[in-house]
Amino acid sequence: MQASSVVRETLVTGGKTVADVSHDISRQVEGKPTRLWWMAFGVSLVLLAYGAYCCWIMLWNGIGMWGLNKTIGWAWDITNFVWWVGIGHAGTLISAILLLFRQRWRMSINRAAEAMTIFAVICALSFPAFHMGRLWLGAYWVFPLPNAFGSLWVNFNSPLLWDVFAISTYFSVSLIFWYMGLIPDFAVIRDRAVKMGNKSRANVYNALSFGWDGAAKTWMRYESVALILAGLSTPLVLSVHTIVSMDFATSVVPGWHTTIFPPYFVAGAIFSGFAMVLTLLLVTRKVFHLEDYITIYHVELMNIVIIITGSIVGVAYITEFFIAWYGQVPAEQYAFINRATGPYWWAYWSMMTCNVISPQLFWFKKIRTSLVATFILSIVVNIGMWFERFVIIATSLHRDYLPSSWTMFHPTMYDIGQYLFTFGIFFTAFLLFAKFFPVINMAEVKSIIKATSEKKKSTH
Amino acid sequence: MTNKENFLVGIFDDEDVLLHAVENIRDKGVKIKEVYSPFPVHGLDEVLGYTRSRLPIAAFLFGLTGTSLALFTQIWMLGYDWPMIIGGKNFHNIPPFIPVTFEFTVLLSAFGMVGTFLIVSDMKPYKWPRQYDLRSTDDKHVMAIDLGANKVSKEEIRRILKENGASEVNEKSF
Repeated sequence: MQASSVVRETLVTGGKTVADVSHDISRQVEGKPTRLWWMAFGVSLVLLAYGAYCCWIMLWNGIGMWGLNKTIGWAWDITNFVWWVGIGHAGTLISAILLLFRQRWRMSINRAAEAMTIFAVICALSFPAFHMGRLWLGAYWVFPLPNAFGSLWVNFNSPLLWDVFAISTYFSVSLIFWYMGLIPDFAVIRDRAVKMGNKSRANVYNALSFGWDGAAKTWMRYESVALILAGLSTPLVLSVHTIVSMDFATSVVPGWHTTIFPPYFVAGAIFSGFAMVLTLLLVTRKVFHLEDYITIYHVELMNIVIIITGSIVGVAYITEFFIAWYGQVPAEQYAFINRATGPYWWAYWSMMTCNVISPQLFWFKKIRTSLVATFILSIVVNIGMWFERFVIIATSLHRDYLPSSWTMFHPTMYDIGQYLFTFGIFFTAFLLFAKFFPVINMAEVKSIIKATSEKKKSTH
Repeated sequence: MTNKENFLVGIFDDEDVLLHAVENIRDKGVKIKEVYSPFPVHGLDEVLGYTRSRLPIAAFLFGLTGTSLALFTQIWMLGYDWPMIIGGKNFHNIPPFIPVTFEFTVLLSAFGMVGTFLIVSDMKPYKWPRQYDLRSTDDKHVMAIDLGANKVSKEEIRRILKENGASEVNEKSF
């Protein structure tokens, strides 16, 4: 009943059958980790340990250990926060928005991308959490809990408070969306463990799968839940970076006070997120031999998303400049000219090169289908996106209204250490995920095997 | 110990064969207990005669609860319980309350719906499902027919299953 179209590209190569999918994906969960995995895990743990040391010192002494000064009161902390949140956006875009648009190529990449979302949001959350100084008191400052001051409630008019709700909702909804997808796949590993006679693994994965049975009725309800979660996540993901951008856009600081921030931030988020998905997946596919599932065609499609979102970001940069001139507010005009030609020109032009110029290389089919070029450019894009946030935040602040307050920002080892700490969390979590969880959504890939696998096509 | 339940378990390799088989078997008056698949088969719920899931309604109601709870909380806290002048704005200031209201709607709707799904499907971490054939999570579609609930004889059901493309027919008791 499922028609196979000649127009559609092959999504799974190598003539895989449904049984091959279970075997290929479950294999890496069941086997011992490879030496390459241990090496990568070791490096991540070192990063995590050094970062945790820096965070501990900073927690003990207070965030004065950061390189902030009176003029630049926000720098690496919020830059890194926005950067990580942005990276997270690709996972939800792939799993929710592409589901609503019925893009079947999402199926072999959505699991890893969603995992990346969750770990990236954890990394992002660590910055505002540490910024509160005494983070064990944090719950009082961000949630409307009854307290001994009246009760004096939190300020619901503040974009920073909207951020708390946006990010925590985003994190928890992404988490259950991802977990729902994992449930049938945990059952696959459970049943394979039963067959192999590995009782403890069977019990663990059965608990993880909530006793999944795969009945037609359960699948019917499951699909209805997945569709609604996708429908809820779509406006959610757009709202999250919109609200993050309002941290800046609702202020009166020249360079921040612009109404194009919400769409511009969302496009930038998807842009950097897809780049990070590519960085991770190109490595994962190589390490776990998933070349038949994550094909060059997948890489090419993601690169096309990168060209589109990269170009939107480029147009946004130019629009900001135009509006600063057109709006005829001297402070705004100065802020933008200072970005491009002032003491932070190097940050501005790094951003322009990495984000606007380099993705345009993907117009060449040779480059967007080359794994090496994609891998390098995906890292370049994320360097560019880090500079974008740094440029917006630090250069808008470093020229204050009074020239006597003009200054520069110099990160200390604690700024750097906390950034490394988040890399440690991110890679450690991702490596654990890749080892113990199925990295590809088996149930979804199985459902398209018949229509899109090479072997089946030729026999039709 | 209670009486054993006896099942005839038909194994199908292909989802299209399965869909036709379900239709034909039900036409012959044989009651199918359930079909277990490794992936969602579109149209299977219809041929099995299942009514549409009402989970979307649950999601909507949970969402509505989230919307009203968030709006009520914010309006009460900043409008009545401890009004504060912030940027010269009104105490009853609806637009800045919208982001939190939206997020809370999504949060309650998502968690409420998933919770309802787990409850109605009777899924819990400590429960082992009844497994008719372990291959139902790998690559086979498994049809379970409760012999106790059917008037048609076992041999007849076995013949009907084979006729409709089942690659194997096994017996299973619980």
